Amino acid sequence: MRYIPNTDADCRAMLQAIGVRSVEELFADVPPAVRLKRPLKVPPAMAESDVARHLRALAAKNADADRYAMFLGAGCYNHFSPAIVNHLVLRGEFLTPYTPYQPEVSQGTLQALFEYQTLVCLLTGMEVSNASMYEGASATAEAVLMAHRVTGRTEIVMARAVHPDYRTVARTYASQLGVSFREVPFTEAGVTDFAQVRKALNERVACLVVQSPNFFGGVEDLAPLAEAAHAVGALLVVAVAEPIALGILKPPGECRADIVTAEGQGLGTGLNFGGPALGFFATRDKFIRHMPGRLVGETVDREGRTGYVLTLATREQHIRREKATSNICTSESLIGLMATIYMVTMGPTGLRDVALLNLRKAAYAKERLAKVRGVGLRFSGPTFNEFVLRTRKKPGEVLTSLLKRQIIGGLDLGRFYPELKDCLLVCVTEQNSRDEIDALAKALGGGR
Amino acid sequence: MSGTEKTVGTRGLILNEPLVFEQGSPGRTAYSLPPSDVPERKAEALIPKRLLRDGIPGLPELSEVDVMRHFTRISQWNYCVDLGFYPLGSCTMKYNPRINEDMARIPGFAKAHPYQPEEVSQGALQLMWELEQYLADVSGMDRVTLQPSAGAHGELTGVMMIRSYHASRGNPRSKILIPDSAHGTNPASSALCGYKVVPVKEGPRGVVEPKAVAEVMDDEVAAIMVTNPNTLGLFEDRIIEVAKIVHAKGGQVYCDGANLNSVMGVSRPGDWGVDVIQINLHKTFSQPHGGGGPGAGPVALKKHLAPFMPVPTVEKQGNRFLLDYKRPKSIGKVRAFYASFGVMVRSYTYIRSMGPAGLRRAAEVAVLNANYILSQLKGVYHLPYDRHCMHECVFTDALQARHDIHTLDIAKRLIDYGFHPPTIYFPLIVKGALMIEPTETESKETIDQFVAAMKRIAQEAQENPELLRLAPHNPRVTRMNETKAAREPKLRWRPVS
Amino acid sequence: MSVPEGLKYTREHEWIKVEGNKGRVGITHYAQDQLGDVVFVELPKKGRKLRQMESFGVVESVKAVSDLFCPVTGEVAEVNGELERKPELVNADPYGAGWMLVIKITQVKELDNLLSPSQYAALLKQAGGGH
Repeated sequence: MRYIPNTDADCRAMLQAIGVRSVEELFADVPPAVRLKRPLKVPPAMAESDVARHLRALAAKNADADRYAMFLGAGCYNHFSPAIVNHLVLRGEFLTPYTPYQPEVSQGTLQALFEYQTLVCLLTGMEVSNASMYEGASATAEAVLMAHRVTGRTEIVMARAVHPDYRTVARTYASQLGVSFREVPFTEAGVTDFAQVRKALNERVACLVVQSPNFFGGVEDLAPLAEAAHAVGALLVVAVAEPIALGILKPPGECRADIVTAEGQGLGTGLNFGGPALGFFATRDKFIRHMPGRLVGETVDREGRTGYVLTLATREQHIRREKATSNICTSESLIGLMATIYMVTMGPTGLRDVALLNLRKAAYAKERLAKVRGVGLRFSGPTFNEFVLRTRKKPGEVLTSLLKRQIIGGLDLGRFYPELKDCLLVCVTEQNSRDEIDALAKALGGGR
Repeated sequence: MSGTEKTVGTRGLILNEPLVFEQGSPGRTAYSLPPSDVPERKAEALIPKRLLRDGIPGLPELSEVDVMRHFTRISQWNYCVDLGFYPLGSCTMKYNPRINEDMARIPGFAKAHPYQPEEVSQGALQLMWELEQYLADVSGMDRVTLQPSAGAHGELTGVMMIRSYHASRGNPRSKILIPDSAHGTNPASSALCGYKVVPVKEGPRGVVEPKAVAEVMDDEVAAIMVTNPNTLGLFEDRIIEVAKIVHAKGGQVYCDGANLNSVMGVSRPGDWGVDVIQINLHKTFSQPHGGGGPGAGPVALKKHLAPFMPVPTVEKQGNRFLLDYKRPKSIGKVRAFYASFGVMVRSYTYIRSMGPAGLRRAAEVAVLNANYILSQLKGVYHLPYDRHCMHECVFTDALQARHDIHTLDIAKRLIDYGFHPPTIYFPLIVKGALMIEPTETESKETIDQFVAAMKRIAQEAQENPELLRLAPHNPRVTRMNETKAAREPKLRWRPVS
Repeated sequence: MSVPEGLKYTREHEWIKVEGNKGRVGITHYAQDQLGDVVFVELPKKGRKLRQMESFGVVESVKAVSDLFCPVTGEVAEVNGELERKPELVNADPYGAGWMLVIKITQVKELDNLLSPSQYAALLKQAGGGH
């Protein structure tokens, strides 16, 4: 087998050196009663060409953004990834090293992660970032746990306009620890109801969790939300599912957020049917010791050369064990590297320009689609690259007919919000051409 | 360094490279965007100006050439599996097949959206369903959730399911038994679920003895978390009895599956009495480590725990595959969407490439390679448990300590010989531990070179200890001032104001 | 280094110097040596009430973290603010400038539960750390 270099002859030489006659003897500690007496129920090995054929056949059964017009967002965004991203992360030196616990031989990974941590801070306006978490929903759940630890309080207020999966994951994580949740509804403007937020906040609340742009694409006004939370001694946690928006939106750090989490997938890492993804976790310097996840810091070696190391590890599971800030060990380094390469490739003007392109295309689509007969805009407030349409026909039927025209038209919101069961969530990115948008409008109107 | 012509380690062509923020120049770009085919409205016309930002100061302006050179140069500062041997115990640093990378990038996988209709996602769902069947058979369990994104994430998911299981029977219970040799993620995951950790000491043979478990087992214990083979590289040969003791009082047996590579196709956790186990795809199933992830930690479980699995699960009805959300007892979700799907594609491709005989041979050669190293280094380094090991062996620095040379020095000197150090100072129960796991993808020649290097280092410890204390000498940087990094945390670059 | 006279010790390697109705508390030379370079000390707020052997904080080095245990029941009167900027004082001068807190003792009899210098020295010898 091409991944196992040792031949039978090699094995025999080693057995002899060990002083046993067969490999069987090395498994002597495994009780006979639990020895597997049949081959594993896995199909016989395939040659590389056959494996490739088989996988391609499976993939061919899937729609994808190359062959279909993709108008789905909802926490996973169809953005262009420059060729350089993939070429760099396919280098063995980035793809195949271990976690950088031995800094002398890991400076590539460590410097890249230091740059990643910096970029997350620059994008989000926060003071310190960790070296990544699994993805946006669990990162947000960890932010909730951190707020609970820092304040000692047990109530969490979450905006209903936060991604449904993020809210579910936060509940899954925190319900084990006796923490309770309250949800605040959204308004006709498609943003979180500020009056209701005020009502829900009190001195038992550890944090307020909002998302911006929110699940409906609405741009939340974060500064007053921060003030309201701080007024009762609670933290503001802001989740960003679409980080491309930060190319033009005011970063949460400038609005006095205490913890910012994000889904970094949209920064050139691909859709990948939802994963692997990339969780941002950024906060203020004063909370460093409460942060979960790895941290890379700058230092010098014995000869005074600048270098990077994993640091403040005493927060982590391998030292603190049951008192750790989290149990996280492996995170998403390589995906973080992809996002890092993307961010420096786009640069300040590129990130702004791609965000503008998203905003403009979505604005064009919003206007165009709202004019289609039987279709209307559900919310009145400003949006980034997603918006909600109300359809006279059942959204499920609309999507089915769109699919026949190679259009993946959006998300049937009734799947997550019973109060929006006549609505579609539509996302438009720089990957959607005007022709695609016009075709969508035509198809929605029933034209051919 | 003398007489090292035949060693692996040497000096190389390595360039200096500053931070990316210290480079570039105003106006340089590395990106391209098509011109707008829609009206170019001003941002402030669409979103109130006070919600907009004023540029992103600090972000460098580079050309594509700059970007390529920057990352290429720093990549050359990394040791990696493609370059050489990583004898890291409990990490299973096996070779990462490249066909896996190609398969994960097929557009039907890489450009599919998780919320696209199920009828046009049948390929992805079928892959996930089949992978579940394979992992279930390897582990001897009934069902598998592919949702957790890492080993620790899987542990958390597993412990949450155990908690929900007990809660559904009237009492979530309050304690979890954990051997002292366990990986730190075990107690951390338990604490995240509100459980108190009760330590269990390994017996003198290095394995958990039933008596020690019986002493602490009662009906407030929700579970025992075992690792098998354990972190000493030994098979827990009393595990069947231990499982019976825990089950007798209604507890569950959680197995940390980090060391599954040693028993694939030979023996199955489900047959030992294990109720739930996480499988580290970035260890046993060849997902690349990527410098710290992405990994994945699918959790295999017995059917009494199936109602508590995260949603959605992947089910097969006739010829169709579908996502099942109708699971009222589910713990909820541990991540958005369904799984680190790209990781699933890679491990699935690996399993289809290896087949049943290949997977079994991997386990056998992994164990053989480890025992070969043990036989060659015995007497050169102190061996705390003098018996055959499984896929990893543990030595200590006890023999070298008499020259005031410690595990850290041995590890750092190995770098000069062209090897990544083994796992050091873990498990915590062995003082000065050096844990070595070769995996099946290392050849006898590579292992012989590693053994020769370790023997030379033992000699150097006697003849020239200072050489070790100042090691490594070859890499671009030497030992880092970790105290300074912790006392004066500098966790990001800052623009000079 | 010999074990200083005039102090009492806990089994967890804290020392206490009785000063009137108060006690000054820190960790021993052996403890700081085992830890390595101290990078952070987490101390309680003034006014916090502590029982004998209750954990009052944590001392961190690069690779390890240790709980700090209060030698005697009382109330925290003073905390060494210098340690926030200069945690290295714990290594450099564990019995002097590296002091951690001053406690107002409310259960004086508990001092009898602690180890004398010679008893602590014997404990160290057993641990293989006395020199």
